[in-house]
Amino acid sequence: MSVRRSTIIFAWILLLPALLYVSVIVAYPLVDTFILSFTDASLKKTTKWVGAVNYDKIFNSTFAEVIIRTFVWTFFSVSIKMIIGTFGAVMLNAAVPGRALFRVLTMPPWIVPMAIGIFMWGWMYNGQFGMISGMLQNWGLVDGPVAFLAHGSTAFWATIITDVWIGVPLVTLYLLASIQAIPQDLYEAAWTDGAGRFYRFRRITLPLLVPAMITMSMLSLIATFNSFDIIWILTQGGPNGDTTTMIIDTYRTAIGSKRYGEGAARAVLICIFLSIFCLLYFRVTHRLASGESR
Amino acid sequence: MSQPALINRYRWYELAGIYAGIFVFLTFILAPFVEGFLVSLKPLGLLFSSPYRFWPENGSFAAYRSMWVSVPGFARYIFNSFFISTIVTVVVLALVVPAAYAFARFRFRGSGPLLAAFLAVNMFSGAVLLIPLFRLMRSFGVLNTYFAMIVPGVAFLIPSAIWLLRTYMMRIPRELDEAAFVDGASHFYTLRRIILPIAMPGITVVAITTFIGSYAQQFIFALTFNSKTEYMPLPIGLFAYFGRQEVIWNELMAASFVGIAPAVILIFLMQRYLVAGLTAGAVKQ
Repeated sequence: MSVRRSTIIFAWILLLPALLYVSVIVAYPLVDTFILSFTDASLKKTTKWVGAVNYDKIFNSTFAEVIIRTFVWTFFSVSIKMIIGTFGAVMLNAAVPGRALFRVLTMPPWIVPMAIGIFMWGWMYNGQFGMISGMLQNWGLVDGPVAFLAHGSTAFWATIITDVWIGVPLVTLYLLASIQAIPQDLYEAAWTDGAGRFYRFRRITLPLLVPAMITMSMLSLIATFNSFDIIWILTQGGPNGDTTTMIIDTYRTAIGSKRYGEGAARAVLICIFLSIFCLLYFRVTHRLASGESR
Repeated sequence: MSQPALINRYRWYELAGIYAGIFVFLTFILAPFVEGFLVSLKPLGLLFSSPYRFWPENGSFAAYRSMWVSVPGFARYIFNSFFISTIVTVVVLALVVPAAYAFARFRFRGSGPLLAAFLAVNMFSGAVLLIPLFRLMRSFGVLNTYFAMIVPGVAFLIPSAIWLLRTYMMRIPRELDEAAFVDGASHFYTLRRIILPIAMPGITVVAITTFIGSYAQQFIFALTFNSKTEYMPLPIGLFAYFGRQEVIWNELMAASFVGIAPAVILIFLMQRYLVAGLTAGAVKQ
């Protein structure tokens, strides 16, 4: 089909509303963040240009620590999501009675409003009366109540586990779909050759699943890096800042203490990291796509 | 599905292993809901007593009644959540259906980078852009209104909706619209009369995922852009059960289940559609 002028105009007309919308609500704020990050914007009436002071402050504060924590937090959350998600996808792919129901039952953490799932975890982690502490005590595994959210290290893992829980359904369903897209004759050929079930899994399923796993972990990486609700509802970044990630710290600085300029500088830094992830993501998926067609 | 071939027949111990695996997996997924439901049945006294008891002795649905009394505005919060999500979904569809069609069918200079730019929006959470969005909402004068939650909500749901719908539309045979075009139909007529009806299942899936997504993201925008109780969505409204001394956990859980019931029922009814649509989107990449 030759690309005619009228076609191009038509395409642009179709795109224009969405384009305008995203420009005003996302692109403009992005530019505004960048500009704000060089000012001392706060609740004060006047705002003046301060150069790179806000960026300088970042590295003189505990923010460097926050950056490292964010990466560790994200790394563990995404890795555990991928492991549990792959496990779930393989299990749910098995042709056993009841699997349609089992598949539906994986969805709730994904379809329920996030805050509600987080409240439920908040109760489970409750030190005095919560389920996890209670069960551990009843089974005699711990002596007294364990207040998971009151201690730095347990709170750190508690927020990770909740993040995993919310992310697992999507990973599982996506990987399940990818497993089902693997041509059945590959398995049949291997089976005829006498390959066992585990061998077929290791030599066919797993390698062919790698592209989907990479795609999913990149998407999950971005979502996890941006994760706000879970930490905010469970710990608000505490205790002693042990669950404060970059997003939480940015929110605290900008919205909590109304230091817009400093908050904006933090946001810009987040954007830089996210852009790197995004570039990486396009790179990887592009390579995978061209590799597949070869 | 075809009948299970010989290759898919399991030995008893394999079957046992699979069921054990599924059990462990689903326990992780469902434990908070089971515990949350049991909590909603327990009287507050039983909750705050040790040792911990899993099953609710003398449990009742009392919290499902008292929750309406403790937080009189609760019905309003549910309404707000549904209202916001409905509007967000309608606006997203209005913007995304034409855009997805353009990306699915036409290649022109700049279309590739433009698609990438749309998808890049996916990487920013609302939290990153909160300060300028706050200023923007303030200058529009829409802080503390529904708009403050609807307007940014739409933007962050556009990318995944475009992605999903574009994939779906690319699978509609090109011959269909080309034939119509050759017959003299205008582009617009072709889109409206030929593509839209065929793409309906895909549009439905996008509508459902957008609705779910809007429900899920109602936290941070509402937290920051709205302080009026009358416009609060469910996730923030639930904080009303956080008393001065302690959280009324049984009512909080009861309220959670009441709040999500309509959405969950809706989704389970659409479940077949949903999984099929997601799979289509996922496999095709």
